[in-house]
Amino acid sequence: MQIGTAKHSYRADEALLTTRPQRLWMALFALSLCAAPFLLDNYWLYLACLVAINVASATGLNILTGYTGLVSLGQAAFMAVGAYTVGWMQLNLPTPFLLNLLAGGFTAALVGLVVGLPSLRVKGLYLAIATIAASFILHFVFVNWESVTNGNSGLTLTPATFLGTPLTDYSQLYFVFVPITALMVLGAANLFRTRIGRAFIAIRDRDISAEVLGISLLRTKLMSFAISSFYAGVAGGMWAYFFRVVTPESFPFVYSIFFLAAIIVGGMGTILGAILGAVFMTLVPELLRFGIDWLTPVLPNAAAMLSPVRTIVFGLLIVGFLIFEPKGLAEIVQRTRRYFHLWPFKK
Amino acid sequence: MTGQSETGASGAARLEVEGLSLSFGGLKALSTVSFAAEPGSITALIGPNGAGKTSMFNCISGFYHPQQGAVRFDGRDVTRMHPPERAALGFARTFQNIALFRGMTVLDNIKLGRHAHMKTNLLQALAYWGPAQREEMALRAEVEERIIDFLEINHIRNMPVAALSYGLQKRVELARALAMRPRILLLDEPVAGMNREETEDMARFILDVKEEWGTTILMVEHDMGMVMDISDHVVVLNFGQVIASGLPHEVQADPHVTEAYLGSGDPAALMARLRGEGPDTGRNREEVA
Ligand SMILES: Nc1ncnc2c1ncn2[C@@H]1O[C@H](COP(=O)(O)OP(=O)(O)OP(=O)(O)O)[C@@H](O)[C@H]1O
Ligand SMILES: [Mg+2]
Repeated sequence: MQIGTAKHSYRADEALLTTRPQRLWMALFALSLCAAPFLLDNYWLYLACLVAINVASATGLNILTGYTGLVSLGQAAFMAVGAYTVGWMQLNLPTPFLLNLLAGGFTAALVGLVVGLPSLRVKGLYLAIATIAASFILHFVFVNWESVTNGNSGLTLTPATFLGTPLTDYSQLYFVFVPITALMVLGAANLFRTRIGRAFIAIRDRDISAEVLGISLLRTKLMSFAISSFYAGVAGGMWAYFFRVVTPESFPFVYSIFFLAAIIVGGMGTILGAILGAVFMTLVPELLRFGIDWLTPVLPNAAAMLSPVRTIVFGLLIVGFLIFEPKGLAEIVQRTRRYFHLWPFKK
Repeated sequence: MTGQSETGASGAARLEVEGLSLSFGGLKALSTVSFAAEPGSITALIGPNGAGKTSMFNCISGFYHPQQGAVRFDGRDVTRMHPPERAALGFARTFQNIALFRGMTVLDNIKLGRHAHMKTNLLQALAYWGPAQREEMALRAEVEERIIDFLEINHIRNMPVAALSYGLQKRVELARALAMRPRILLLDEPVAGMNREETEDMARFILDVKEEWGTTILMVEHDMGMVMDISDHVVVLNFGQVIASGLPHEVQADPHVTEAYLGSGDPAALMARLRGEGPDTGRNREEVA
């Protein structure tokens, strides 16, 4: 791609989607997202909402871990902060639900800033441990700050309302969650077209040269923590409106591992990776369930094996990706794309 | 080609190092080193392996904290400033062991050079809105027209840095430093490991930077041919001390220098002498090199 001759085309060259086939595929995808609620049954809509929530949160973690290189196992705890904020506001304030979601994001971002403070001094495994510690402290707060969190029994939310209509059906929630998640993904993609996203990657790749270029490590790392937990907070808020019960056990520690696994399987440090990873990790257990249903006539006690088999398959998949496809699903997609080379739109 | 306005305090050197001492435990890497770099000139810092040249650079760019002495920039004391603050003042450098962001393309590496001078904030970045987009487009144009064309690296702009030859990587690192529009440019062994042709290209680029942009350059280099050809002023370090300084031909003729460094026609003899007498000249040091 030679640009030197046509300098007016910088804008086109820096666009998110640079080729016609890319734009066509994206249009098709957007269309099918709009059509989905009219074609899917309730069960699949339920899954679609869950996928949207998980994509939002995984995208946030990907900014922090995939792009900035700061390993965090606190994503579920940040989601919980968002969920509790939204739950409390929904029950105590007359504010519209979109505002509550934003507030959930900002509260989580504040907590993320505090949790991110050690990141200037500690890296890698040590930082991961610090985020685990923060998760357990937050859990303690959720259990014991009864006046706000209602302790172990948690908060039971009224539905979000939009123009007086309560949003209770999955199809209604779908039309709220999917656009929000799409905006969040777009925001992340934009971020990495600018100085701020580049600074994140610089810190991941080589923090010494980042400093020479005038990138302040503390500021930038904290910013990454804040954005990442903002994403988690909004995702947690959506989660709260989705399940309408928030307890200290709603966001267990394994949920944080789920997100880390999602970005590893999907492909760290790529926008597509977080999306694919979250979709994959959310849907695989369901596919396994279909497999088991299908096996039940032959193996009568197949259903009892569902849970252990699911865990094992999950573990195997993650190990398999680490060994055979360390760049994740996103890399497989890239390879396939290169293989078909713009097919079927251009030959 | 926009020249740098040379508005240093009247008479002051662009960069002045005064009585700088640095030790690692018992090892004195630098002892009361003083020298100055005049605006718009090329100053070469030379000396045998382990003389303390890279340590000097690390003090100037703020990675090492000297126990004594001062670093002044246009007469202003910067000794206690952190590297990012110095970058904002106009310090730029390249590293002896190339410190590019290997996962990024050449273009993104160079763009990072302008980070400190850009204004896009987080909200604008997420939305890629008016000002953010305009700033990115202006950056792209500047990088393309002022730097990529200048250093003749058009053909590799979209390649990941890791895929480039050593010589090209050095050139990209220079490009990234130039993107900072530096007021003082520190180059740590810019032609080490390059072949003849690459060395000549690099020497030409460095001279062009000085002549077309008026940038002040401080350079560590072992290639004596290049040092003698392009530098205006030479400072010789040996075991952490300045043993000579002056015009290239003066330094070349200085008996101390000849003895310590240049005169040793036989590299094996030089190495043996350094091993026998000197402090640790090995390469077991931190990643800042
Ligand atoms: N971080 C460090 N810790 C301990 N010793 C160090 C450190 N950095 C440098 N040194 C020591 O200081 C001395 C000077 O090293 P320096 O890297 O500055 O030499 P140099 O002149 O750049 O040599 P070369 O030409 O080989 O690059 C050496 O003895 C080196 O081992
Ligand atoms: Mg050195």
